[in-house]
Amino acid sequence: MMTFDIDALLKDPSIHIIVCTGAGGVGKTTTAAALGVRAAELGRNVCVLTIDPARRLAQAMGLTELDNTPRPVQGVSGGTLNAMMLDMKRTFDEVVESHADPERAEQIFNNPFYQALSSSFAGTQEYMAMEKLGQLHNDSSEWDLIIVDTPPSRNALDFLDAPARLGSFLDGRLIRILTAPARGAGNALGRIAALGFGIFTNVLSKILGAQVLADIGTFVAAIDTTFGGFRERADATYELLKQPGTRFLVVAAPERDALREASFFVERLQKDNMPLAGLVLNRVQDVDDTGLSEEQIAAAAQALRSMGPDNELAAALLELHVERMQLKARHKHVTQRFEGAHPGVPIISVPAMAEDVHDLEGLRSVGTALAQHTDW
Amino acid sequence: MHPEPGPEPGPEPESWPNVTLHVVSGKGGTGKTTVAAALAIALATNRHRVLLMEVEGRQGIAQLFDVPPLPYEERRVAVAPGNGEVWALAVDTEDALLDYLEMFYRMRRAGSALGKMGAIDFATTIAPGLRDVLLTGKAVEVVKRKEKNAKNAYDYVVLDAPPTGRITRFLNVNSEVSGLAKVGPIKNHADSVMSVIASPQTAIHLVTLLEEMPVQETIDGINDLRASNLPVGGIFVNLMRPPRLPENQRSQALRHNLNSDQIAESLALVGIDAPGLVAVLEREAEDHSRRVELEQRELERLTGLHLPMVTLPLIPSGIDLGALYELARVMRDAGVTA
Repeated sequence: MMTFDIDALLKDPSIHIIVCTGAGGVGKTTTAAALGVRAAELGRNVCVLTIDPARRLAQAMGLTELDNTPRPVQGVSGGTLNAMMLDMKRTFDEVVESHADPERAEQIFNNPFYQALSSSFAGTQEYMAMEKLGQLHNDSSEWDLIIVDTPPSRNALDFLDAPARLGSFLDGRLIRILTAPARGAGNALGRIAALGFGIFTNVLSKILGAQVLADIGTFVAAIDTTFGGFRERADATYELLKQPGTRFLVVAAPERDALREASFFVERLQKDNMPLAGLVLNRVQDVDDTGLSEEQIAAAAQALRSMGPDNELAAALLELHVERMQLKARHKHVTQRFEGAHPGVPIISVPAMAEDVHDLEGLRSVGTALAQHTDW
Repeated sequence: MHPEPGPEPGPEPESWPNVTLHVVSGKGGTGKTTVAAALAIALATNRHRVLLMEVEGRQGIAQLFDVPPLPYEERRVAVAPGNGEVWALAVDTEDALLDYLEMFYRMRRAGSALGKMGAIDFATTIAPGLRDVLLTGKAVEVVKRKEKNAKNAYDYVVLDAPPTGRITRFLNVNSEVSGLAKVGPIKNHADSVMSVIASPQTAIHLVTLLEEMPVQETIDGINDLRASNLPVGGIFVNLMRPPRLPENQRSQALRHNLNSDQIAESLALVGIDAPGLVAVLEREAEDHSRRVELEQRELERLTGLHLPMVTLPLIPSGIDLGALYELARVMRDAGVTA
């Protein structure tokens, strides 16, 4: 199995952004946090941007309040470590505040459509994660490496696509035409289009109600004069991800679904010429090789089961060992299928931990495991 | 001496006799699609017709049942013991919107023309609540659907829903839509959807693993559902690994205190020998005992919720069609019956 050196990546001064991505539930956040601790202890000044950490993991990193600003993590030696949790609504509010005078900002905040957009809109979390990454990268006097954990999307590709999609939507033709009366620019559209869109607005009013359309109109008019170019902003951050100082780590678990998502992501990164460092495979079953076959051990366990209570303990231990061998074989099988499809992608496997990680010590041991990587 | 049975179970699962809509959610990676599919088979057993629905465009059902990707059309994907039938439907937002326009306004044709203009994408992007109300609305439509003889078209509907973190918002279409439209047709539609989802006709089940994060998310999810007055069903604990050692030996393993001589003697009896084997086995026993300790701690936290609980075993060979039937059988043995 082709592998790679995570410490070399973390120490490389030309690397400024590491993006951890993958399906939900594969340990992305823990991986990002562990990399942050390790990079800091290798001397880097690191900022970890997490999206939705488990409560105890957040506490381990000193993230007790959600104030949308990086906070120093205590107890790390060598370099420095800052960490923050993304507050999507607050990030959006800040974007508005930095572009509009207080009165107009207030007007935008009070708009029902803005409230829906900033708190529950599909793609807003990804857009704001990108926005925050851009901000962190711009005021990088305190850190030289940003590690990003991506939002728990339905689909890992959403992180790449949602910002541009939302950007195009907000800047798009339809929203402009739809809201044209509110913006007083209806004449430019021409009569033919107006006819088609008459039906369109009619259907939308039927579905959504006229009030919603009116709210959207006011919102678009309000933001349009203060800052245009949602799409441009999203594109700028997207470009940042293609720069030579960025590396992607695709995180997965040795299961079919998670590896399928990982495959999609790897293919997409390759297609868009985005820099992929490799695949981190979490929770891999590791077993010491005893030189004995699964069949030999299973047979011995079965024999011991019929040899009286004194032998129950050894039988149980052998059965446990067989279970692990089976699990390892399955993990190896799905991983080999991934390797077959993506022969050039290096893989780091991290053994399954007996317990959840919720302190710096735990994050350090995940970091050590990442650096050592299990050899199959 | 045999290994003791699994940790103390929660209250006995009920059969949820009045429930026709089963919503299955869970944190990513806990196996919610697998559990939804097995639940559909369990409920279909003995001459029932069940529809299994997915709404996230992932084609997870087709992969599980090993059939080609599902179109927007109800198809039979499996049979259940005793002449039961499992049908499946992958709901697509755009098609659900066309359905809706047709049903309420007889506007399917105008709707498809708008689809070509990107208008439907636009409408569902403008209002994420609209997307959810269309998807849940489709589930409710199927639940209410009658055949000519006034019998329900399906005895049960199982919905493979979005993950725990989004489930309350997804189901609570009423409040989501009212943030956007206080009156109007979509609000009325949301109200009628809510009259089924927030009623005893519906049960929302959460799938979890006995690990800290999924359990925490389950507890938070249940609190959210309860706060929104949505009907919580039960908890499906997936991928359970039963303890292989009795408690006293587990605590010996944790204290590095297992009887090594006894183990070596037993191994010699069956002629199994390898350098360091005893040490390897003892290390694994320690690992296992720590894992069991953690699982029992997490199980206790779940027990505190006082909800029906069904535990499903880890199937070492992985999930295939055979494994689904096995899980369905475990569910039925645990009291999940139609």
